[in-house]
Amino acid sequence: MNDKKPHLELTQVGIDFPTPKGPFNALTDVNLKISEGEFISLIGHSGCGKSTVLNIVAGLHQATVGGVILDNLEVNEPGPERAVVFQNHSLLPWLSVYKNVELAVKQTRGGRNKKEIREWVEHNLELVHMSHAVDKLPSEISGGMKQRVGIARALSMEPKVLLMDEPFGALDALTRAHLQDSLMEIHADLGNTVIMITHDVDEAVLLSDRIVMMTNGPSATIGEILEVELARPRNRIALADNPEYNHYRHEVLTFLYEKQRKVESVSEHRKNQNKTQDKRSVDAA
Amino acid sequence: MFKLAITNDGNSTFSIANVAGHFKKVLADITLPIVGLVIFLGLWSLVAKSIDTSLGQFPGPSQVLEQTYSLIDEHNVQQDKAEQFYERQHKRNEARLAQDPTYEAKVRPFTGAPTFFDQIWTSLYTVAVGFLIASFIAVPLGIVCGLSKSVYSAINPLIQLFKPVSPLAWLPLVTMVVSAAYVSDDPIFAKSFITSAFTVSLCCLWPTLINTAVGVSSIDKDLINVSKVLRLNAFTHVMKIVLPSSIPLIFTGLRLSLGIGWMVLIAAEMLAQNPGLGKFVWDEFQNGSSESLARIMVAVLAIGMIGFVLDRLMLVLQKYVSWDKTAVLR
Repeated sequence: MNDKKPHLELTQVGIDFPTPKGPFNALTDVNLKISEGEFISLIGHSGCGKSTVLNIVAGLHQATVGGVILDNLEVNEPGPERAVVFQNHSLLPWLSVYKNVELAVKQTRGGRNKKEIREWVEHNLELVHMSHAVDKLPSEISGGMKQRVGIARALSMEPKVLLMDEPFGALDALTRAHLQDSLMEIHADLGNTVIMITHDVDEAVLLSDRIVMMTNGPSATIGEILEVELARPRNRIALADNPEYNHYRHEVLTFLYEKQRKVESVSEHRKNQNKTQDKRSVDAA
Repeated sequence: MFKLAITNDGNSTFSIANVAGHFKKVLADITLPIVGLVIFLGLWSLVAKSIDTSLGQFPGPSQVLEQTYSLIDEHNVQQDKAEQFYERQHKRNEARLAQDPTYEAKVRPFTGAPTFFDQIWTSLYTVAVGFLIASFIAVPLGIVCGLSKSVYSAINPLIQLFKPVSPLAWLPLVTMVVSAAYVSDDPIFAKSFITSAFTVSLCCLWPTLINTAVGVSSIDKDLINVSKVLRLNAFTHVMKIVLPSSIPLIFTGLRLSLGIGWMVLIAAEMLAQNPGLGKFVWDEFQNGSSESLARIMVAVLAIGMIGFVLDRLMLVLQKYVSWDKTAVLR
């Protein structure tokens, strides 16, 4: 895997957030090489900086030290070649499903003529099985459908890397399974490089080529990387009894609940939650 | 619902109950405001009878109604006069043209005293001009303030400083500036009109400016990130993301501004002697006849009703412009 030049490379990435009490070191020494077409999951406890890693790759945050290189170019601002699927879909509520995707298409491919734009929008909505609701507003469709449209919008930009921030976190289990299957199909078809944040161990094992497990913050970094060598296409039902699959699950669970176990009493838990909120408000600022 | 009650027996009782409930609700919606109005009118006429001024008794509802009719009559009489004047003028011009084909007909405007309804029209026109000028400045400036923290910090002290200033304080300054700056042999607008309109603008700039800035600065962070990832340019960003999401607050500002503008206008017209409702009130006050107070009261009610209608119009406009048709606007 490392014999050719990596597609996406994170080198010594670290980030400090300014707070009134001095800088808060969220990440240090994040090193990761990703090859083209790879599906990477980032997993770790809340507040460990998974989203921060993703935002740095997206260019929405600037690393304080180290940097990200995509196809020999340094990443220092957001752009459509690193499309993001946001956790809460982030569709523009005043635009129809079609127009939401169209905005992205028009923005990324000026060369297309009207007909080609139309076809490309429709094609991407078909990929996520949303052709039946093109004229609906986001408020008129379900959460799972919104997330599908969010994925279609990201795919329509033909990104080199697809960044997904807990894309299915807010969905019910059945819808989530459905979307995971869709995502596997799309990934098999298009072969995009994907970085996905998740809290869900099954999701990580089912979808990923590699699972990147993060240590707890502050100063979070990569703890372990697990290579998932299950044959594709993967079938969730068949895998349920697969010893190899269960072994991978076990590895991730061991990392999360033994090696990186968050030992905390209820009061400490509350304090930590406040801390994460503080950090979020810092993020927002 | 009635159709359902007739065709489907099983549902009929339910539907009738439903209709009855609906009817009760409508009744309450109509009767309660009427009850409020009747109580108000009763109290008004009672209190009015016991107030004696140097211009006679304070007008009660009946006197005000009387004066409303008399103002309508005066308006009709004046309009007839104007029609007759133009007809005479037209005939005279034709007659002269028949005698002398080279004669260039002059059309002189009717110069009768403006009636109450002419004054209302002038006031509406003035407030519209003042409000539009203010909006065309305040909305773009508010967007810039909302987008850039630095601009907002720079402008905020000025906003806070000028926002509470009364229109009456501005008026002398505006009057003098207009007199000095607006010098023309053949003025399209009267100076008093420009003075009033500008005073209105100065006062209704602020609510729109502040609300637009707040609306723009509170856009969902994720939508801004979407815009960044898509690399939308500044114009597309404003048109596709900023404006739609801040429409509700922009309109809150515009409605507040229009309300303030309408209030300010009456005061400005009184002092600037711009024809309009304010001047009507002032003239009646100076006139001091036994009917003056009732006529002023008619103007007060008219001002209130027009202010209400203006606000409803803005609401209709907001409903039309807003993307969220389900939002409850009030």
